[in-house]
Amino acid sequence: MKIFLMPSDAGRAHRRAWLRRVFPSLGHKFRLAAPAALRPDLGGGFWLLALLLLLSAPAFAQIGDTTYRLRDPEQETRAREIGKELRCLVCQNQSIEDSDAPLARDLRRIVREQVELGASNELVIRFVHERYGDFVLLRPPFRWSTLLLWATPALALLGGIFAIWRSRRQANTTGIGPLELTEAERKRLAILQGDQKA
Amino acid sequence: MSEVAKAGPKPSRRKLLVYAPLGVAAAAGLGFWAMLRGLQDGSFNPRGVPSALLGKPPPDFALPALESSGLPALASTDFRGMPGPVVVNFWASWCPPCIIEHPHLMALQRQGVPVWGVNYKDRARDAQAFLTRHGNPYARLGVDKPGRVAIDWGVYGVPETYILDRNGIIRWRFAGAITPELMAQDIQPLIRRLSAR
Repeated sequence: MKIFLMPSDAGRAHRRAWLRRVFPSLGHKFRLAAPAALRPDLGGGFWLLALLLLLSAPAFAQIGDTTYRLRDPEQETRAREIGKELRCLVCQNQSIEDSDAPLARDLRRIVREQVELGASNELVIRFVHERYGDFVLLRPPFRWSTLLLWATPALALLGGIFAIWRSRRQANTTGIGPLELTEAERKRLAILQGDQKA
Repeated sequence: MSEVAKAGPKPSRRKLLVYAPLGVAAAAGLGFWAMLRGLQDGSFNPRGVPSALLGKPPPDFALPALESSGLPALASTDFRGMPGPVVVNFWASWCPPCIIEHPHLMALQRQGVPVWGVNYKDRARDAQAFLTRHGNPYARLGVDKPGRVAIDWGVYGVPETYILDRNGIIRWRFAGAITPELMAQDIQPLIRRLSAR
């Protein structure tokens, strides 16, 4: 556990400081730097809770499923790449590599079996796509029905450019108007200034 | 005063600026209302995955029978030369929605519609106990313990129900428990239509 949490670039002193921070109850072993009064008193319950949270299922899920892992690291990397492209149909916002659902586990296994047999990435993805349709692809394919989806960023950009261009053109044409005063304005100004002087 | 007012956008444009957000809000409200309605009557399911197999024959497979049931096994060859449409239901004894939808399958069976079952990732003993307790709607029953055939069908959870026409083409699929509304609005009309042809 500790190894996973430790900052990787920490030297010995850092490591001690880190341990002291995380486990203040062990502080006496590392010669306390700060007097006890300065340390936040979080109580034993807090650390027990923290430990339980670390040991809980999500913490382990992060480490990854080791049940089916290909011996060849190159193949395993490829299997993972494929898995990250495929949506878990049970936990729909996760890829099958991230999900712990039984179906995701089955699909992970199928991906690995096929990779081991030498199937290309496209072939494995096509296998799953044939069964579960476009929905299983986390990267939607480009076709007529998905055109709007893919074109939206470009359309938004073009729309923005158009809006800027229009507002600029308008500012140029209407703007603040001609800088020269008209005859009527000049007369009015003269009257106003005359009033001031009077 | 009037000079200042003229400096702003033209009156027609100002009106547009006032009404545009209202229009957008109204459109969003309408869309949201339609979505909620769809959720209520089941026509809109945000988590629903459309089947990739609609309009296609089922994949090639041959499943073993549930021996204690005495029912014939299920294989893709069974879908050839059928007299009428058939309902295929993926189920498991450990799946509560399967119990909920079970009476509808029994009703279909009583009606004379062949219901073929695939028992998904189940223990033989539990599957048999389920059939003994709730009744058996299935005319054929295949056992898919590893769940591989289910994946070939594009099943992503039990219960899932398919309707195939007499030529063995998948015409309809629903993921989830069959409801009375689904029976009345989708399943029964489709079976009537497919039987008539």
